[in-house]
Amino acid sequence: MIFGLGRQLAKLGLLGINRRNAEFTLKYNQRRLYPLVDDKLLTKQLAQEAGIAVPELYGVIEAAYQLRELPVLLHNYADFVVKPSRGSGGEGILVISKSTKIYHRMDGALMDKVALNHYILNILSGTYSLGGHPDKAIIEYRVQFDPVFEKVSYKGVPDIRIIVFLGVPVMGMVRLPTRMSGGKANLHQGAIGTGIDIARGSTLTAVWHNKIVEDHPDTGRFITGIKIPGWSTILELASRCYLLTGLGYQGVDIVLDKDKGPLILELNARPGLNIQIANRAGLLPRLRLIERERQNLTSVERCVAFAQEHFGAEN
Amino acid sequence: MSRVPLTIWVLGLTTLGLGLFLYKILVLGFPLVPETMAVRWNVEGRITFSAQGQPVKVSLYIPGSSTHFKVMYENFISRGYGLNTITESENGNRLATWSINKAKGKQIFFYRGVMRRTELDKKMPTQSPPAIEPPGFKGPYLEATEALITMIREQSADVDGLVVELMKRLNAPHPDENVSLLLQNRTSIAARAEAAVKVLAQAGIPARLVRGIRLAEQDRNVPVIPWFEVYDKGMWRSYDLAAGKAGVPDNYMAWWRGTKPLGQIKGGEGLEMRIAVNLDQEAAIKRAVDYGKTVTPFLIDYSLFSLPIQAQAAFSVLLLVPIGALLVVILRNIIGVKTFGTFMPILIALAFRQTNLLWGVVLFSILVALGLGIRHYLEHLKLLLVPRLASILIIVILLMAVMSVLTHKLGLEQGLSVALFPMVIMTMTIERMTIVWEERGAREALQQGTGSLLVAALACIVMQIRYVGHLIFTFPELLLVLLAGTLLLGRYTGYRLLELPRFRALIREKK
Repeated sequence: MIFGLGRQLAKLGLLGINRRNAEFTLKYNQRRLYPLVDDKLLTKQLAQEAGIAVPELYGVIEAAYQLRELPVLLHNYADFVVKPSRGSGGEGILVISKSTKIYHRMDGALMDKVALNHYILNILSGTYSLGGHPDKAIIEYRVQFDPVFEKVSYKGVPDIRIIVFLGVPVMGMVRLPTRMSGGKANLHQGAIGTGIDIARGSTLTAVWHNKIVEDHPDTGRFITGIKIPGWSTILELASRCYLLTGLGYQGVDIVLDKDKGPLILELNARPGLNIQIANRAGLLPRLRLIERERQNLTSVERCVAFAQEHFGAEN
Repeated sequence: MSRVPLTIWVLGLTTLGLGLFLYKILVLGFPLVPETMAVRWNVEGRITFSAQGQPVKVSLYIPGSSTHFKVMYENFISRGYGLNTITESENGNRLATWSINKAKGKQIFFYRGVMRRTELDKKMPTQSPPAIEPPGFKGPYLEATEALITMIREQSADVDGLVVELMKRLNAPHPDENVSLLLQNRTSIAARAEAAVKVLAQAGIPARLVRGIRLAEQDRNVPVIPWFEVYDKGMWRSYDLAAGKAGVPDNYMAWWRGTKPLGQIKGGEGLEMRIAVNLDQEAAIKRAVDYGKTVTPFLIDYSLFSLPIQAQAAFSVLLLVPIGALLVVILRNIIGVKTFGTFMPILIALAFRQTNLLWGVVLFSILVALGLGIRHYLEHLKLLLVPRLASILIIVILLMAVMSVLTHKLGLEQGLSVALFPMVIMTMTIERMTIVWEERGAREALQQGTGSLLVAALACIVMQIRYVGHLIFTFPELLLVLLAGTLLLGRYTGYRLLELPRFRALIREKK
């Protein structure tokens, strides 16, 4: 029975983890390029140099003594985000929505200066980084979310994940936090994933815990058919990340800001495979098509046009 | 992908490995299955002491042939020393004496012997009764001994019953006052056996203390076990004081008899002897090795059989690790079982081999559960990473100590083996499990935890198959075939069995 299942999935072009590693990440992602995406500070600086939109960097804390200058640094900002530079899976991100004499966290809790300092010290000692290596703390602009997903997310940060292969946006997914995911946009924690029609930028059916759903479980709103504003800009932004890092197979995480439009949040050299469930399509046929047409895909414009032509919902 | 070089590697390694394997079986006649009747043991004594630049004389007892075991062959490695061996008339012990005019610094000798079990049903020749050495009890000791003898004589019909009764009294957890006086707080088995011999002498029954070793399949540090023998009806009978009954297990080999220490030294200090034992890899291998030496000396001279016993014992464990590694590759990349750390399950499996599987799993689970609980509390203290890891390490060691003491008090000796768990691995497991628990939820953490345990248990079971151990140690070239298989698995790009159900939603919609 399980082999029958395997055959059926193979027919759909499902990409499994072994093949992703052997034939895509190991083959197209050179190991020396990994630090560019594993270190978010480096990614951010690289993107800024290339003129790619990212949340503005307010400051970096690299060592404990710099905490003394923290009040001066934060003086000008009413709200901000603190996150580890090498954190994994969205861990260790602290959102301060209001700072008066005391810091107001996004989830409603209050934090005094001592608590914030301790939080940053923990980041520095590597609590949130892979392998526990010493880390840096990034302080950056808090994204003012575009209201497009407001009705279909519960608190938290809805974001758009696009898989980019050799510059071509292959598949996309919107990740919507739920009460169950605790405001986090990780599917395995209970967030909802919805596929995206690459041609038009509207959401397809949604998947929650490997099940197909139509409404958001917390807000009750219909999820399918939401049009993402500025879709072609988003595709271009994603495509440009290939030239930025040189990684052939990567996941690009994008958030939509009310005023600044789409911003690159982070890049991922080993993007997960759940996006296939959200789109209910296998990645493999699309990736093979790009491998065959590779010589024609020489510019960002061509890559985006190719994607919109071939990876629309009716294809 | 460029598959050509990989294919060539795989083919080459497989051919080489299988070729050697077949050559050793077909031409040299190495046995394919371990022989069931194991009759020979290698016994190796490693003798160390430090000399002080004076003439040195070292005397040590060495095993002699007995009714149970025959010394087939022995040799001594002791560079520059004169050596002579004598057989003492008193107890029939064999004494080896090494001497040299001048030596300085650390000295190492080796004694090696090959012991063979002899026919067990052979009747022992009747011996004339030995002289009884007077025990020399005086004053209150004499009274206590006489009282004890009177008591046990009342409760026994013959010599055998008397000895068993005496052992029962000596072994009692709360001995009566006569016994307490005789033992004077020395409760070790050796001290009790010595007391038994003296009491029997006082009662006019010839008895003697025996020190020997247990011939195990593989043991790198064999303890010396005391028991005693009693002369009755024209022959010596063994009594196992630890078990409190007549007769000793038939793999107990006497090393020397009497109350004298194992060795004595003049002109040096710190005399120590470490004994290692292994089952002589079957006579058939010996034959094959001897034959191989004449046909292809190179192959045999550079094989694992040329190593000292202690190194052979280490390798017989080391060679099992690749089998565990292959198992991990299959379970992770083809089945899709999730584990903490790639090879952590193998290290745990090696510990399980020593503790026995069931106890290992129980102890491991308890230790990890307790560790997780305490680690959860540490989370509130907001410790930084390195001190936190160090704290967990300390706590793990404390937990191991507490569990050992508790299980020991409860009489569960297997609990002591908790000390065999690799503590750093345990620490990292607890830490990683906590992180996964926090980040991905209890379900994922428990899934990975049971996954690790399952892989460890499986690896342990496979590594304990006697046939597997025999094959891999006798034919280490099979590792090349193993490597070839692992290389091939490294290019397996198909689905993992357990990832399929996750993607089931893809199919339903298309229907």
